[in-house]
Parts: sequence; C-alpha cells; structure tokens
Amino acid sequence: MMQVTARYFAAFREQAGKESERVETRARTAGELYGELATRHGFADPRARCKVAINDELRDWDAELADGDVVLFFPPVAGG
Amino acid sequence: MSFSIQDKPIDPRVLEARLRDDRAGACVTFEGWVRDHNEGEAVTALEYEAHEPIAVAEGEKILAEARERFDVIAIHAEHRVGSLAIGDCAVWVGVSAAHRGAAFDACRYVIDEIKARVPIWKKEHYADGDSGWVNCATRAPAHRAGQAAKVS
Repeated sequence: MMQVTARYFAAFREQAGKESERVETRARTAGELYGELATRHGFADPRARCKVAINDELRDWDAELADGDVVLFFPPVAGG
Repeated sequence: MSFSIQDKPIDPRVLEARLRDDRAGACVTFEGWVRDHNEGEAVTALEYEAHEPIAVAEGEKILAEARERFDVIAIHAEHRVGSLAIGDCAVWVGVSAAHRGAAFDACRYVIDEIKARVPIWKKEHYADGDSGWVNCATRAPAHRAGQAAKVS
C-alpha cells in the first residue's frame, strides 16, 4: 500500500464534497486510482474526457504513482 | 507574448496595444463573451475556475506552438476566472503578423486549443435557480428533471 494525496477540482470537488484527501491505495497508475476514486465518489465522467496531473505536471493515465505523490483530478475542461 | 489567468475585467483595447509592431500588417483578435443561453437554458451568470499553475504552463505551451506553426509577430491570450455577468469578456486572444493568413490561423489555433486543453472550468447559473458545470456528466438531479420535463 502507498499513500498519495488526491486533489479535486470543479465538479469533482463538489461531488467528493472535499478539495483533497489522503488516500491509501494499491493502484499502480493514475488511471487505476481514478477508477477507485470514481467509484468512491460517484464521478460519472469517462476517464478519456478528464485529465490528470501528478505533482503539478499533466501526465497520461498510465503514469505510475509513487508514495507521497499529489495527484490532481481534472473533470472535462470548459474554457472559452 | 504570454498567457495569463485574470481575476479582473479584461480590457481588449489595452491588450491590443501590446500587439503593435511596425512589421505587422494584420491583427486578428478573438473575444469570448458570456452569453445568456446555452443548450436551451437561460443563463444568468457564469463562474470560471482554473488551476493556475497548469493553466498558465499549458497556455504558454499553446502560444509557443502557434509561434512555431504560423508566421506571427506578437501573440497574447488571457482567460478570466471568478464570477462573470452576461456580456463580460471571458477570454481574449490576439495575434499580429505581417499578413492576415497567419494572423487568422494562429488566432483560431490558440482559442481552439485553449478550449480543449487548459484546465479551466465553467459553472453556469440558470434562470430557474439551478446551476451546472459545463461539459461534465454531473448536473444536479433537479436540473435533469427540469430538462426532461421541458422535452416531453
């Protein structure tokens, strides 16, 4: 098990009811962690439409996680 | 020549002055305004939220791509965050170039990529008191019920 910090933005923050949380997980990748958290918080957006950043850098969903990472989950963007 | 996130009103005339250059024969600007409707709903106000560190990094990357792809002289873009009213300028993109083709193409490229890639989110407030995040599969049940009632 490792511990990471998950941060939520916009719709994800409202659905989770919090801005961030410490998460104990066996997820190896950002995508696996999204799967776990989507189930826990009821995130309905498909992963392909969302984005993830690790330690403030945009990454692919198959990026591997390390203990202590801060993982930012971005729902579908809507600028403009 | 930069991308920025602004919590104060955007003044297009001030930004346009930054594009001035004696070599420029064309200037193309785009303003995105808050409109009073979206997908059949009456919209009364918008809130924009950004994750600024990544929004700025990704915005700068888009401007660098535009400079590489198109023969431009100056290029600048800004996006608002916070509460906006109908008619407010939410996003501004400006490009100057020697000729109009590059200016149009670069401006179009930048606004399209901003909309697709930069971590900015838009919450709409509707005339019926409801609200919802645009593009997200997360509208309040009350809102979906309202939609269904109007369709039927």
